[in-house]
Amino acid sequence: MAGFDDVIIAGIGHTEYSKDSGRSEMQLACEAALAAIDDAGLAPAAVDGMVTFTLDPNDELTLMRNLGIPELRYWSRTPHGGPGSNTMVQHAAAAVTAGVADAVLLYRAFNERSGRRFGQPNQRQSMPGLNWYLPFGVDTPAKSYALAFQRYMYEFGVTNEDFGRYSVVARKHAATNPNAWFYERPITLADHQASRWIVEPILRLLDMCQESDGGAALVVTRADRAADLRHPAVRVIAAADGHLVDGSVMYNYYHRDLAEFSEARFVARQLWDASGIGPAAVDVAMIYENMSPIVFLQLEAYGFCGRGEAKDFIAGGNIELDGVLPVNPHGGLLGEGYIHGVNNVIEGVRQVRGSAANQVANVEHALVAAGRSGLVLGRL
Amino acid sequence: MPPVIPPVPDADDRFFWDGVAHHKLLLQACADCGRLRHPPGPMCRHCNSLRWSTQEAAGRGHVYTWLVSQHPTQQDAAPRIVALVELEEGVRIVSNLVDVDAAHVVNDMTVEVTFVDYEGTVLPQFRPVGGS
Repeated sequence: MAGFDDVIIAGIGHTEYSKDSGRSEMQLACEAALAAIDDAGLAPAAVDGMVTFTLDPNDELTLMRNLGIPELRYWSRTPHGGPGSNTMVQHAAAAVTAGVADAVLLYRAFNERSGRRFGQPNQRQSMPGLNWYLPFGVDTPAKSYALAFQRYMYEFGVTNEDFGRYSVVARKHAATNPNAWFYERPITLADHQASRWIVEPILRLLDMCQESDGGAALVVTRADRAADLRHPAVRVIAAADGHLVDGSVMYNYYHRDLAEFSEARFVARQLWDASGIGPAAVDVAMIYENMSPIVFLQLEAYGFCGRGEAKDFIAGGNIELDGVLPVNPHGGLLGEGYIHGVNNVIEGVRQVRGSAANQVANVEHALVAAGRSGLVLGRL
Repeated sequence: MPPVIPPVPDADDRFFWDGVAHHKLLLQACADCGRLRHPPGPMCRHCNSLRWSTQEAAGRGHVYTWLVSQHPTQQDAAPRIVALVELEEGVRIVSNLVDVDAAHVVNDMTVEVTFVDYEGTVLPQFRPVGGS
């Protein structure tokens, strides 16, 4: 069951999003974690659970020692990449619902630009499954995703210029968000079309998310602690993961139909069933975009528009701040920063609290979609 | 010849690379229910059998998706066309297109396997049927 009755996000915290933090990944984790705990109105001693990504370089016990958390009784990690941003919330929600933890700290911190860069070509075989891709030149995330995106473009007549219309919106939103790396730096469609090919004929530079240094953290706890909090509590109405047989995160080539995002459709179905709402009741959506085409596939998977219609939905202004469905008001991973999607969850919390830089009016339901995972957030 | 990153075969896929070295495109087939699978794995997901054999593919299929991989492997390496080929047998395999210019590649075009030796690493590659 993806629905939760008594779980809230109590605190959010993050460092600046930069290209060179100048400090250790552990320090970024400490700063983001302490900010989230403080934002919740709690002390580190109140934290008794931790969740992060398997990819995160920061050890739980080291973070615990630095923060001065005396006792920890629950921890878990989420496999693979960006979907973990929402899956962390699902793990924490399940833990507090089951009573194995009271207050769970969720964190993700890295120097993903000044340290190890995810987008660089993979030069060696790091696991057996790569035999089917690396020898053939599929050596970056851009290429591995683009191979599937190309079928979507072919079947629905979508062009790279169509993708660029999303990038323009993301950068427009980032331009008025002081937390965004691209604050006050909007782009035009001509800028997008003039940027260099990353994977021809699918992705240009301005279709790609940023590479960022930074840390982001949240505190998840039970709803009955809401009275003690510093800010309005944000309820986790539903949290779902969705994985399918024959699926792959990086090389999702084996479902019959690659012109749709089957896993996102599965997540959407669970979220709508658990929350009792549908696409029409979503006031604002944070949609994970390592690359712009994935927004198109998720808009269609969630039923915000029909298959192949995302290009017209976006071109029609529907995802702008005054549109039917504002998407990524903070600028998303293209405009604000790439903290593996955790900054999207933070924006979802801000939109429900009413404290976002680009605040959408009267947000009752916020969707946070990250491909194979999703959240519906709302007021308590 | 572009440099390629060689495969590192393991117990589950060594048959495939041994076959490629002998210019054969071998697919894994369940020895109990007969269904084909790729990429290979130890168990048939349909009947959970651990028994398997191999079946040589006819080597023909069509291009399901494709892209141009710039700078594959090294900064100065020549571009390669990557394709997800759907074989006549119904399984898909990532490979490269050779003997064709990117300007002439279209989705669903018919292709056939050929084997290319890249400085000691033999890879199955695909080329348009009948030239083009």
